[in-house]
Amino acid sequence: MSINGKYEACIGLETHVMQKTQTKMFCGCKHEYGAAPNTNVCPVCLGYPGALPVLNAKAIELCCKAGLLLGCKINPHSKWDRKNYFYPDMSKNYQITQADQPLCLGGQIVTEVNGEQKTFTLERIHQEENAAKNTHDKAGSLVDYNRAGTALMEIVSTPCMHSADDAFAYIQALKLIMEYGGISDCDLEKGHMRSDVNVSVRPVGQEKLGAKVEIKNMNSPSFIVEAIKYEIERQIEVIENGGKVVQETRGYDSDRGETFSQRTKEDAHDYRYFPEPDLLPVEISGSQIAQWKSELPELPVQRRERYVKELGLPDYDAKVLTAEKSISDFFDAACKKTKQYKLVSNYMMGKVASLVTEKGIRVVESKLTPEALAQVADLVSGGTIGSSAANELIEILFTAGGDPKVIVEAKGMAQVNDDSALEKWAEEAIAGNAKAVADYKAGNPASINSLMGYVMKQSKGKANPPAVIAMLKKKLDT
Amino acid sequence: MANLNTKTISELSDLLEQGKCTSVEIVNDVLAAIDARDGKINAYLTIDRTSALAQAEAADKARAAGKKGALLGIPLAIKDLLNVKGQPCTCSSKILEGYTAPYDATAIAKLREAGAVFLGRVNMDEFAMGSSTESSAFKKTRNPWNTDHVPGGSSGGSAASVAADEAVAALGSDTGGSIRQPAAFCGCVGLKPTYGMISRYGLTAFASSLDQIGPITKTVEDSAILLEAMAGKDEMDSTSIDLSVPDFAKDLTDDHSLKGMKLGLPKEYFVEGMDSEVEKAVRDAVEHCKKLGAEIVQVSLPHSKYAIAVYYIIATAEASANLARFDGIRYGLRKDGADPIELYGKTRAAGFGPEVKRRIILGTYVLSSGYYDAYYLRAQKVRTLIRNDFVEAFKQCDAILAPVTPTPAYKIGEKTNDPLKMYLDDILTTPVNLAGICGLSVPCGFSKAGLPIGLQILGDSFKEVNILKVGHAYEQTTTWHKQRPEFS
Repeated sequence: MSINGKYEACIGLETHVMQKTQTKMFCGCKHEYGAAPNTNVCPVCLGYPGALPVLNAKAIELCCKAGLLLGCKINPHSKWDRKNYFYPDMSKNYQITQADQPLCLGGQIVTEVNGEQKTFTLERIHQEENAAKNTHDKAGSLVDYNRAGTALMEIVSTPCMHSADDAFAYIQALKLIMEYGGISDCDLEKGHMRSDVNVSVRPVGQEKLGAKVEIKNMNSPSFIVEAIKYEIERQIEVIENGGKVVQETRGYDSDRGETFSQRTKEDAHDYRYFPEPDLLPVEISGSQIAQWKSELPELPVQRRERYVKELGLPDYDAKVLTAEKSISDFFDAACKKTKQYKLVSNYMMGKVASLVTEKGIRVVESKLTPEALAQVADLVSGGTIGSSAANELIEILFTAGGDPKVIVEAKGMAQVNDDSALEKWAEEAIAGNAKAVADYKAGNPASINSLMGYVMKQSKGKANPPAVIAMLKKKLDT
Repeated sequence: MANLNTKTISELSDLLEQGKCTSVEIVNDVLAAIDARDGKINAYLTIDRTSALAQAEAADKARAAGKKGALLGIPLAIKDLLNVKGQPCTCSSKILEGYTAPYDATAIAKLREAGAVFLGRVNMDEFAMGSSTESSAFKKTRNPWNTDHVPGGSSGGSAASVAADEAVAALGSDTGGSIRQPAAFCGCVGLKPTYGMISRYGLTAFASSLDQIGPITKTVEDSAILLEAMAGKDEMDSTSIDLSVPDFAKDLTDDHSLKGMKLGLPKEYFVEGMDSEVEKAVRDAVEHCKKLGAEIVQVSLPHSKYAIAVYYIIATAEASANLARFDGIRYGLRKDGADPIELYGKTRAAGFGPEVKRRIILGTYVLSSGYYDAYYLRAQKVRTLIRNDFVEAFKQCDAILAPVTPTPAYKIGEKTNDPLKMYLDDILTTPVNLAGICGLSVPCGFSKAGLPIGLQILGDSFKEVNILKVGHAYEQTTTWHKQRPEFS
């Protein structure tokens, strides 16, 4: 993709994903969001004299499973390194990470960008420990070490993306895979997923990459898109004006929608990496990898395919339903209780989705259960309730919960199929709408709709529409 | 019973078992010896009398209630870099002045479980960086055999306290000779176990791939008792090894025969410039072992001559990272600054002494971009060659005999202005740490000036049984270990 026919942007992402482990990477402290500051701490994660790190096996498993989900090669022999830098967010003043022998190598993400399928290649995934959280205000700086030492994976892409849209699609796809894979909750508010974005620009046809600008530590995909767009324009402008793009680290100011220089290559850190002597290398056997592979959950793309092939849903439905794991899980659970897949899908995408927007809560946080929604679908398909009653029922279930059948009974929502009641309404309709009757008889079948409307009104929406039509036709045609 | 402080762990254990003394009496005698002469020796940094007596009382009560064990009620002096919950742990550095350990090191927890009494903290070179205990920020420990001389280091306080009978036994740590050299200088037994034998959890790190905790005692048997109590796999230290711990002390037999044992003599370890009295004492000890039935074989350790260079690259590189945590943010000394970087600078400038700073700078340099391959990586390769030499040598023998130091203890102040000269004294001890094997220092004579000389007995990884056997047989058929310094 070229810009103005002259330039090509190359974008690579280094995405930090916090894994869903119960304890920290190198100690037994709880990994928990929102605890009182400095309560989930111990000599190890506080960097006390004499404390030593010990590996969290679950973190290794999750990192490797992430790798397997992303098509990486699991490194049979990986090791740990110390990355040295002084900052109060790092209690030991070095971070334990993996420099030259990470847990996962290669891999790719296949996703759609504006309707076109693209493959984005990965370089590696390595495991490391998270930093503490610093808060600065006028009174001074505070450090909360609850987050210090929690398990953090870094997923590094190659500079294979060429637009902000590519990067957005990549992040969305990665987020979905991490969520579906049970690797991370990817809650952006809680900082579960943050990216450093590398952007460079080169003339079309040039093989060598342009000078790389790194924009650090962004968690919002929309900010990433804005920052990339700004940065591409800025770099092209520099080149067009005869200047040279400087290799540097930049920050993104979301208020102004601009990136700004933080530090140039000259004052880049020398991290003085060296092998971590307190930890043994990690050896992973082929049988262990096979075991992990057998435990991998279904990914969104596989689920989408299943919805189309096995449940007979249109691809559009399958795509919408799989866009968020909790929705897809809810749908799957409902489909275990009913065969009315398309009806359930319609409600998920229609009434349920609008309730989610309206009430500002996720479907899993509502009172609606998958079983209840399945019953609603069955009640509709069995002709017990009509579609407007179904929507009303879903809203009740969403906000208050309860047994659908009991509610239908209590609220009198069932459709009327009783011939004597229908006959009475039909006769009233015909008697009171002479014009419509005349039109119908003159050969305009559509005018039956206004008669139908009358019956529905009289029945307060409970008359079964096909039965009403049949009754009206019977009366008019004889 | 008088002077319980002069006895060994095994002797006291028997007396306690027979009800001939109590732990409180032992602690009182040790405290009395400290009161009498530590003003001169300066082995201790802090003594917790109230706690020591309370621990002793608890041990006596436990014994009365039926608890047993060789270490129940035995007071120990602890090198000031091992964390004992509730006690200071300064590492003889101003940067940790006032710091109280919030947890027990694993080795300490095991000894506590066995009923040992943690009586006090003994002096050391700052962060174990030194060979004379002169780099301590707090005091100069003196050699009990001649108080004008250094006790060695870095575990100088440990060795001096044991030699002066101010402790029944002590714990030290050995990164490049820091247990064996002061033991040799002070006429004690010192054991550096195989890397991974004792958990390092709670041992303030100097050089993580070299550090080991070990005992300094009056006899080989006492070292065996302490080793047995501390050894074993620890879930808190990934580098500790899962091996069944032998009954080290019981394995020491009374026949004192070395028949069937092959002892290697490395030609490279009788270095140029070696003191003739040291060489003679060690060669006499070799002859003695021969008389006990051992077969002496020549072995070669050709790469050991690079050990000093390799050691001072690897140890300082690791130290530069290990000591980065002392920054004034969470504990210890803090000198405020306008921003974190200034705070770090001021704190570390004020908190670290010159030897520690020298090593941090050296370690930072060898890891720096552009120098890593030439120094650190190359040093690691040579380290493998040093290790391979030992692997080869141990195919030919069960243990290796060598001197511990090129000379007996030198005078206080004699080498402080020439760090390189002091580093070179580690030539005979550092290869052992680089190879990860075990080493024992036992007394094997005295210089004409009356200073102790040590014999170094080296064993293959996890073959402590061999070196303890040789050391015990040698010790029990000689009298060097029975001689005590005189105090006026």
